[in-house]
Amino acid sequence: MNLDFSDDQKFLQSEAKKFLEKEESVKRSRGVLEGSESFDNDLWQKIIELGWTGIRIPEEYEGLGLGHLELCVIAEELGRHLTPVPFSSSVYLFTEAVIKYGSEELKKEILPKLVTGEVVGTIAVTEDFLAPTNNNIKTEVSNELISGTKIAVPDCEAATHSIIVCKSSKGIDLRLVDLSCKEVSINQVENIDGSRGYYSIEMKQAPSLLIGDEGNGWILYESIINQAAVLFSFEQIGGSQAALDMAVNYANERYAFGKPIGSYQGIKHKLADMYVALTLAKSNSYYAAWALSSESSDLPVAAATARVSATKAYELCSKENIQTHGGNGFTWEYDCHLFYKRSKLLSLNIGSIANWKEKLISNLEQSNLN
Amino acid sequence: MDFKDTPEQAKFRKTCREWLEKNAKLKTGVEKNEFANIDFLQVAKDWQKKKYNAGWAMLHWPKEFGGIGASAIERIIWAEEESKFNVPKGIFEIGLGMAGPVMMEYATDEQKARYLPAMAEGKEIWCQLFSEPSAGSDVAGLRSKAIKDGDNWIINGQKVWTSGAHFSDYGILVVRHDPNLEKHKGMTFFFLDMKSPGIEVKPIKQITGGSSFNEVYFTDVVIPDSQRLGEVGDGWKVAITTLMNERLAVGDANGADVEDAFRWAKKQDDSGEPLINNKSVRSSIADWYCEANGLKNTKLRTMSALSRGETPGPEASITKIVSANKLQNIGAFGMDSLDMAGMLKTDDPEIQSFQNAWLGAPGLRIAGGTDEILKNIIAERVLGLPQDARADKGMPYKDIPSGNS
Repeated sequence: MNLDFSDDQKFLQSEAKKFLEKEESVKRSRGVLEGSESFDNDLWQKIIELGWTGIRIPEEYEGLGLGHLELCVIAEELGRHLTPVPFSSSVYLFTEAVIKYGSEELKKEILPKLVTGEVVGTIAVTEDFLAPTNNNIKTEVSNELISGTKIAVPDCEAATHSIIVCKSSKGIDLRLVDLSCKEVSINQVENIDGSRGYYSIEMKQAPSLLIGDEGNGWILYESIINQAAVLFSFEQIGGSQAALDMAVNYANERYAFGKPIGSYQGIKHKLADMYVALTLAKSNSYYAAWALSSESSDLPVAAATARVSATKAYELCSKENIQTHGGNGFTWEYDCHLFYKRSKLLSLNIGSIANWKEKLISNLEQSNLN
Repeated sequence: MDFKDTPEQAKFRKTCREWLEKNAKLKTGVEKNEFANIDFLQVAKDWQKKKYNAGWAMLHWPKEFGGIGASAIERIIWAEEESKFNVPKGIFEIGLGMAGPVMMEYATDEQKARYLPAMAEGKEIWCQLFSEPSAGSDVAGLRSKAIKDGDNWIINGQKVWTSGAHFSDYGILVVRHDPNLEKHKGMTFFFLDMKSPGIEVKPIKQITGGSSFNEVYFTDVVIPDSQRLGEVGDGWKVAITTLMNERLAVGDANGADVEDAFRWAKKQDDSGEPLINNKSVRSSIADWYCEANGLKNTKLRTMSALSRGETPGPEASITKIVSANKLQNIGAFGMDSLDMAGMLKTDDPEIQSFQNAWLGAPGLRIAGGTDEILKNIIAERVLGLPQDARADKGMPYKDIPSGNS
């Protein structure tokens, strides 16, 4: 019985934590929020130098050849430190998709460049102000050329390539598009969490490359986000822990009526509720990490369980952190809002909690729980 | 990460399993109350004796007291396997879980030899006499008196919420020997024979209609000083040992869980459609699934630490808060799904399980530390927040306002 990370993995995590603290990652997140760039390129380059973008890329493609568990501990630290880089888009989604479904030729071409940062990826699916499904995708491919518009695509400023979920004569396809080609135009769209960037991608007859089987793209997309959900969960529990720690510190330091506000049960019970939600999320994420790393058939259920729990935990911890800080929590100056906004970005990035609850229940129906 | 037993653990699990298969029946899913209308106490005693004879009753105890010196992880493996079988529960947990550890730590060797094996065997049942009418969450506010009289102590006062006092042979007791001291300093701890003259046990009728706990009155009850556990004035320190054990013993709530809600929702028709097709039902079941598995996986993390011989983190402290509230919500869901008829008593075991969950859960949210006390504990001991300001701090016990003097 061992539902825990190994000593090596824990060491990697503590090194990641030290690095992100030294680099003042949270401060850099505020820098992005208040600046004109949509990510911190200096920090991104340092992360690339550390090899994190190639953690899961096999050594034959010049990556580190490590497993999903190593990626999970890095994700937790990125979440704890609000790291303003395109890691989730490029690593959890794009790189994983290429590893899983790319042709040998594509892997040889692109994986080494993902390690060096020469290629950065994202994935584009949403087209309207509602949840994307295999029935409402309008972006279309014909003769390998894609036309259509995607909105709410994260991290395009850094990204050189995107996987486009599009409609083909056979169903839904996943297709790779080079974002620098002249048939593609990219526009930044302001979003609620200004420490990360969102974009629209407009394609007019843009050349593309099929990834995976034609017409089978929606199933592949679901499988990619099932994997990514585990990594997002770790990023979310890292953020939840940071928000809880921040609230605990403030409750110890802030005095009202002659004593620390943390001695009042109104605050204590709030913080205990945050701890409970976080503990459930963490335990479910550990199990999902196991399911991911061992390619268990339980992954769809485990990932959805982790995802729902982690979304609930981060939303609770980040909003109650503001509440614990009182008026200060509502100011731009305090960091509380950075966690609040990031919690929402992470909870919507690969689909809302309602969607993940639905995935959980329909998977349970199929597996016939009990 | 893996979920495999080590070869030794697998071997141990197999041994547990084989013995259980020979001696008990596997659970089938929806259990009819097989133990209704029979002498439950006798059935429970018989099962306990069977376990004791095979070494399973208190397997982590040393051999001399009837155990097999099992490790923490082996104890969990046994509990996991036993929980898959339909065996009588609810009679010995308090004695074995709370009185046992205190006797083990504070009793003399002769007393241990006399009482521990009989406790493990189920021959003698023990109860815990702590709470009082004016001392619930604030247990240290208790006022029952002990006055020294030669080699004896004379006890007067009242205890309450004493589970199993009506069938217990012995009890552990904390009382006040000096009201002039601060409240935590003026207490002393004893064990006593529940058949002693001057003890009166009155069952309390619960909201379920049943009576599993009692009021216990003491009138000039004599306890020999040799039955004192710990020094005079150390009562609180000794009590804390058992309260810590109580938090481990009162853990996961038994009763209707997410699997039951899910099965029910698939089957139950509501205007021609199964409930599971209803979005709000799907959302609730998803929440319960996350909670149930969050607890299960939390336990696996605790076991992982034990398995490596490490001390587990504080994560298990969330168990009772989450499981008792989940039980209450699942019970309500089952009853609500029946609309008006949800109020009716019935022989249907599934419906009964929801009604029992709903009726029993309020008790679980209180027993062994209320939700509120447990949240205080998480906040203070896990998160490191300051203790509540205590209005009675440093005051002699006799000067503390109690609201009912």
